[in-house]
Amino acid sequence: MRRIVLILCLLAAPVWAVQPDEILDDPVLEDRARELSKGLRCLVCRNENIDESNAELARDLRLLVRERLVAGDSDAAVIDFVVDRYGEYVLLKPTATGSNLLLWVAGPAMLVVALGIGGLYLRRRSGSPAPDDRLSAEEEARLKRILEE
Amino acid sequence: MICSMIVEMGHFALILAFVVAVVQMIVPLVGAQKGWRGWMAVAEPAASAQFLLTGAAFAALTYAFVTSDFSLRLVVLNSHTDKPMIYKISGVWGNHEGSMLLWIWILTLFGACAAWFGGGLPPTLRARVLAVQSAIAVAFFAFILFTSNPFLRLEVPPMNGQDLNPLLQDPGLAFHPPFLYLGYVGLSMSFSFAVAALIEGRVDAAWGRWVRPWTLAAWLFLTIGIALGSWWAYYELGWGGFWFWDPVENASFMPWLIAAALLHSAIVVEKREALKAWTILLAILAFGFSLIGAFIVRSGVLTSVHAFANDPERGVYLLAITAIFMGGALTLYAARAGAMEAKGVFSLVSRESALVANNILLAVSCFVVFIGTVWPLIAEMAFDRKLSVGPPFFDAAFTPFMVALAAILPIGALLPWKRARLGRTMRPLWGVLALAIAAGALTWSMQTGRSALAPVGMILFVWLIGGAAAELWQRSGRNEFSAKIRRLARLPRADWGKAVAHSGLGVTIFGVAALTAWQLEDIRVAQVGDSFEVGAYRIALNDVVRERGPNYFTVKADMSVFRGGREVARLFPEKRDYPVAQMPTTEAAIDNGVFRDVYLVIGDAQAGGGWAVRTYIKPFANWIWAGCIIMALGGCLSLSDRRYRVAAGARKAPATAVPAE
Repeated sequence: MRRIVLILCLLAAPVWAVQPDEILDDPVLEDRARELSKGLRCLVCRNENIDESNAELARDLRLLVRERLVAGDSDAAVIDFVVDRYGEYVLLKPTATGSNLLLWVAGPAMLVVALGIGGLYLRRRSGSPAPDDRLSAEEEARLKRILEE
Repeated sequence: MICSMIVEMGHFALILAFVVAVVQMIVPLVGAQKGWRGWMAVAEPAASAQFLLTGAAFAALTYAFVTSDFSLRLVVLNSHTDKPMIYKISGVWGNHEGSMLLWIWILTLFGACAAWFGGGLPPTLRARVLAVQSAIAVAFFAFILFTSNPFLRLEVPPMNGQDLNPLLQDPGLAFHPPFLYLGYVGLSMSFSFAVAALIEGRVDAAWGRWVRPWTLAAWLFLTIGIALGSWWAYYELGWGGFWFWDPVENASFMPWLIAAALLHSAIVVEKREALKAWTILLAILAFGFSLIGAFIVRSGVLTSVHAFANDPERGVYLLAITAIFMGGALTLYAARAGAMEAKGVFSLVSRESALVANNILLAVSCFVVFIGTVWPLIAEMAFDRKLSVGPPFFDAAFTPFMVALAAILPIGALLPWKRARLGRTMRPLWGVLALAIAAGALTWSMQTGRSALAPVGMILFVWLIGGAAAELWQRSGRNEFSAKIRRLARLPRADWGKAVAHSGLGVTIFGVAALTAWQLEDIRVAQVGDSFEVGAYRIALNDVVRERGPNYFTVKADMSVFRGGREVARLFPEKRDYPVAQMPTTEAAIDNGVFRDVYLVIGDAQAGGGWAVRTYIKPFANWIWAGCIIMALGGCLSLSDRRYRVAAGARKAPATAVPAE
């Protein structure tokens, strides 16, 4: 029920993720291709990277990434190449540029705010301890009884 | 004749339950306001009646599924005569309408439990809690009856149904939704308590004590539900992923994080009468995130390409429910929260402060998940950018909070209330810290890669478990060994629950870190009779056969796993095809082990002969879910503590309800 999407991806094209025939002979290049694939989104699936996706389109993208790597592109050049064609929608890790800065800063900023509010609250509560903080003689006796029990 | 009436009777029972809910929403609330006992007393029988009527409706729908009554639209869309019986039953909630009916049945169950076991509550508070709970039920009864009625008939019934989605025909997924809903909906109880307290204008230690068991129960069900879903994804989806930061997963994770924060802040209310307003806010937000989760899953707004129930009308209705309940509760909160005066005074170094830090980390991490989940929507509406936010973002933005949380946890758990000295608290922990760092260093030197992930996971694992052990040891007092053991056995269950749950977190953290850092993968074409090496294992493809199951065709591989020349497992991964639903599934074959899983997947036949075969060695995979189960177990232990037992109030006079610790 929770991954209906994947299901629909399966429906679209019954090909399974990375195929043996896609794998490059050069293990270093292949490792780079796998790493890059994990950051690229399968366009017809929901929140699934092309490395794991079973869709035909994801396979095309995987082959494209490998083609560029074999042609000697750097990792950044490959990503730029794909983004130029498919838009920033393919990036699973949004760039920290423009309005996206808000997204990246939101967490740390909220933490600072929360720590500030929390700190103020704690300082207010940690004023001089209330006068009835000490135990009365009766309470002392009771505590002793409990501890001995 | 009677049989064909059962569905209509179920439908009628559902409508009747709606009417009862309306009465229960209004009458006790007025009664509590005016002090009319008779009106307040309406709440309890009404809550029981709601539960029984909704149960009857659910039973009627189950009956229709079990007997394959294809005059019912829902049964046609989600069932088939050839389907195994267990999936005919789980098919009842394997769809939008049926799962809504289950949701609301659980909602009425919680209401009924509050009526049955809430004897110790002050009568006005109980009446108000039940009225608020019923208001939620009214909204969902209306939702189900007007937009998602499971009892719609077809004029011309077809001969057979369209079968349940094959991915859902799985034991893991049969039990995943009920647990998840018990969690989601359980948080409605905390919400009702919070709103009732705001109406009463009074929050005290007793309130903190009453709200805790409900939150604890919801949290532990949510833990199990999330773990089941993750485990299912692991073995069913064919590559062994366990968490995807998918909006639907985030929808269940956000309430979990807030519920965890609420559990801890309610302790401060109970023991120290501080953090009251914050706790009320958390109780409201926890259920708010449940509602937002329901909206995300069922509206399809964040999943524009594919969705569970892509229906704008339903989405709008759910958004309206969320807006009304959150808006109403938060308005009430703004008006009343100022009156919740804190009593306890404490110093900066104290258990209270540590719990505040816990709450900050959990709440902010939930905020990060939330903003990441909705950011594509915001970016598109506000900045006209179509973009994605996926796992790399969440891994980077969320993980530091969990590391920080785990790092402060053992210290916070040991700090005394009110005023503490850090040096003294740390005394029993220095040894644990040294051990943790040593274990981390050892892990670092033993692994081949340069990733810091696994060493950090190891440090936190030892730190959390050692910290929990040190705490129990310290609580056993300064006695000789045998006396300490006796004392340990007599510690309150809540203390054990705390130690166990915190250890579970450590186990899960280590499982996630180790699996992510050390997984081995091999993808290749193998001929029948071939064998190949993966890590320390040799895998042989003995045979591939085609077979027929009850409602599917399958390609089944026969594979052996060798280690050191000895066969350690014989596995049969399958690739199934469900003709009615026209859908293929992978059935990975897994040799489960304490320290590693061997995970085999059979792929397509290759043009040049042979089969695509994937092999994964997944170290410590089971620790992820084992940790979740341990956390849930800790919750159960704590729940069974006599001080917190849900029914405890019923047997005690209200006057003794204030904790005596």
